[in-house]
Amino acid sequence: MSSPILKLIAQRIALGVLLLLAISVLIFAGTQILPGDVAQAILGQSATPESLANLREQLGLNDPAYVRYFHWLGGVLTGNLGTAMSSGQDIATSIKGRLWNTLFLAFWAAIVAVPLAIILGLIAVRYRNGWVDKLISGLALASTSFPEFFIGYVLVYFFAVKWQIFPGISTVYDGMPFGERMQAIALPATALTLVVLAHMMRMTRAAILNVMQSAYVETAELKGLSAFNVIRKHAFPNAIAPIINVVMLNLAYLIVGVVVVEVIFVYPGMGQYLVDHVTKRDVPVVQAVGLIFAAVYISLNIIADIAAIIANPRLRHPK
Amino acid sequence: MSNELEFLSRHVAAGKLSRRDFLGRAAALGIAAPFANSLLSSAARAAGPVKGGTLKAGLVGGESTNSLDPALMMTQVPFAFGKCWGEMIVELSPDGKLENRIAEEIGSSDDAKTWTLKIRDGVEFHNGKTVTAEDVAATLERHSDEKSKSGALGYMKGIATIKASGKEVVLTLKEANADLPYLLSDYHLIVQPNGGKDKPDAGISAGPYVVKTNEPGVRHGGERFANYWQGDKMGHADQIEVIVINDATARTAALQGGQVNMINRVEPKIVDLIKRVPGVTIRNHAGPGHYVFIMHCNTAPFDNNDLRMALKLAIDREEMLTKVLRGYGSLGNDFPINSSYPLFTEIEQRKYDPDKAKFHYKKSGHDGTVLLRTSDVAFPGAVDASQLFQQSAAKAGIKIELKREPGDGYWNEVWNKQPFCASYWGGRSTQDQMYSTAYLSTADWNDTRFKRPDFDKMVLAARAELDEAKRKQMYHDMAVMVRDEGGLILPMFNQFIDATGAKVDGWVDDPHQELMNGYALAKCWLQA
Repeated sequence: MSSPILKLIAQRIALGVLLLLAISVLIFAGTQILPGDVAQAILGQSATPESLANLREQLGLNDPAYVRYFHWLGGVLTGNLGTAMSSGQDIATSIKGRLWNTLFLAFWAAIVAVPLAIILGLIAVRYRNGWVDKLISGLALASTSFPEFFIGYVLVYFFAVKWQIFPGISTVYDGMPFGERMQAIALPATALTLVVLAHMMRMTRAAILNVMQSAYVETAELKGLSAFNVIRKHAFPNAIAPIINVVMLNLAYLIVGVVVVEVIFVYPGMGQYLVDHVTKRDVPVVQAVGLIFAAVYISLNIIADIAAIIANPRLRHPK
Repeated sequence: MSNELEFLSRHVAAGKLSRRDFLGRAAALGIAAPFANSLLSSAARAAGPVKGGTLKAGLVGGESTNSLDPALMMTQVPFAFGKCWGEMIVELSPDGKLENRIAEEIGSSDDAKTWTLKIRDGVEFHNGKTVTAEDVAATLERHSDEKSKSGALGYMKGIATIKASGKEVVLTLKEANADLPYLLSDYHLIVQPNGGKDKPDAGISAGPYVVKTNEPGVRHGGERFANYWQGDKMGHADQIEVIVINDATARTAALQGGQVNMINRVEPKIVDLIKRVPGVTIRNHAGPGHYVFIMHCNTAPFDNNDLRMALKLAIDREEMLTKVLRGYGSLGNDFPINSSYPLFTEIEQRKYDPDKAKFHYKKSGHDGTVLLRTSDVAFPGAVDASQLFQQSAAKAGIKIELKREPGDGYWNEVWNKQPFCASYWGGRSTQDQMYSTAYLSTADWNDTRFKRPDFDKMVLAARAELDEAKRKQMYHDMAVMVRDEGGLILPMFNQFIDATGAKVDGWVDDPHQELMNGYALAKCWLQA
């Protein structure tokens, strides 16, 4: 049984790598068509023709594009992301801290959001069409409909300004005690949880309800199993693939889509870092971050696929 | 009764009585808390700065691309943090005079072409080395090198030779310049060991704080430098911290929540709301910064002075000042100088006059629309201001077509490239600097394409003139020329609007830049 699965996994990973390579070309091409150039952006309003020429020369902006692409790809493959053009700092070093911060925040948001969403989904199905279901669905819809910045500002207003329970700005730093760090991320993690909760919860509810229509669930019900047992034992395992899919999608969002939340809470993560460097036309950084984001998306999708294959015997033994 | 309170308030200031006990005592005596508090703060001020604590600022204008290299400093966060760890050769004091810092004395030859800086004894760098004339000379050399990327390069190019001998640095200029000491107060010119030639971003200078944390775009922190040469005047807090908060709402929330003690750039539209928050003080004051619309004098249709005059007359300055700046600013008069400059003279205020505008517009022979490019990055509220301009001009029969440009790339693609756009100037410390930066024919930043040999001659003559009365007259004439013939429409000067929290003391308004010319963290203290 293991060898066809291993083969499938290997195939998926190989595909992922190919996809990543294709994306690297796209990212590189995309960064080439940004208006203006990095030298101009670094110097901004204070640019003089001499200083521009000096900086361009120094940054190697005069080489043709394909030379720079292969140079960059070679660096990435050997683990060298290059140095940021605007600040001269090593990109890998500065990204490491930022990526860790983003993952830390995403991790805690996920720890709260994923089980909560699934449990709420299960409860909603159990009491489907009753007031509990309507309440859960209604609240979830509401929190999804509010834009992130609104949720963020409401949290800041009540928890940071009015009651002063949690800090409204979440500057975390190396060597920060764990307790303080948790306190600092309390509000952004809550905001993120609220943002992704509804999607996952509603997908869980929909997927399980879908399965509930099947004949074997009816059989189970006719056997006299309790409603929760039917859902837990018969419906949920068969609905797991779509649920994992939506969970992975939201996990990816927690990592690559948190720019707004990071800006509101002044959280030093990847999103803020990317935005700063896009405005500065700092191409190597934009490329590196883009590639990391792409890798996160691709690997989470691969994991979702593989999980779905393992969960579904029909996919495990293709005819 | 009030004698007793005063006595007690001095006790609090001296640290012999806690603030809470004092307020309790005041309440027992039937004194309302606000009065007791004001009594307390005046006692604290009289008692002088309080040492200790951590002073935190939440500031807009920091990016993860910032560096500690003073040559590359451009935005507000490196500027304000630079004043904490860096020491300058000379500085402008809040009343507009020159204040010698590392230079103990600055003297010039009669023709204002040779300048001698005497270097102060016993000033120490953070690395323990004493500041020498060689370090100062090397600093100036680095910033005046043609290859440098320094933001001060524009002014520094006027220096022909730099020589250090003994305790003195001797500068000779290509052209006479009576304003040289003002140029040396440029915030880029932080004195570094060997001028920062070895390691420009090491963050070592002789300022009141030693750099401890440097996470660009996130936060910067400093610890009081024990051997600072002026410990009684600056460096009162044990530690200072700058937290980068680019989002305006997050910034005000951080001040309200007490996470930071001061913030910069409060938006005019929320000032009145913030004022109501207990403990928060708005610190607004005039400065040389101005919001403008610039026309290229050499590009049709703006190459016609009647058309330029028509547009200048078709803008309703007063309306713009009340609606866009909510009164936190002052009227502009189409020349880039206001009373924050030392040699300023009043010129009759230009007013909104649709009839006259109509007359000049007709005379210009231009008909059809005028294309104005605008974007919110040009200045806060620029799009609103442009729309107001469009409406007031329409009443004069002038059709302005607005083109909203993306903020991203505005400074590269639109400003100084397109013939008519909204823009912003931070101002400079002297008239000469302002005119040389943007109105000399040869200036790189001549964003109005104002190319007039007669004007250039006036700039150079005024620069070399040491008689103040004559100089004032020269600057007056130059202002009139820019106002009546230039391509600048300057509806308003903006104010700096900072805000401080409950415990901050020692604030002094400074007209040169926001946050007490960047010194707020270095000069303020936290009440005990």
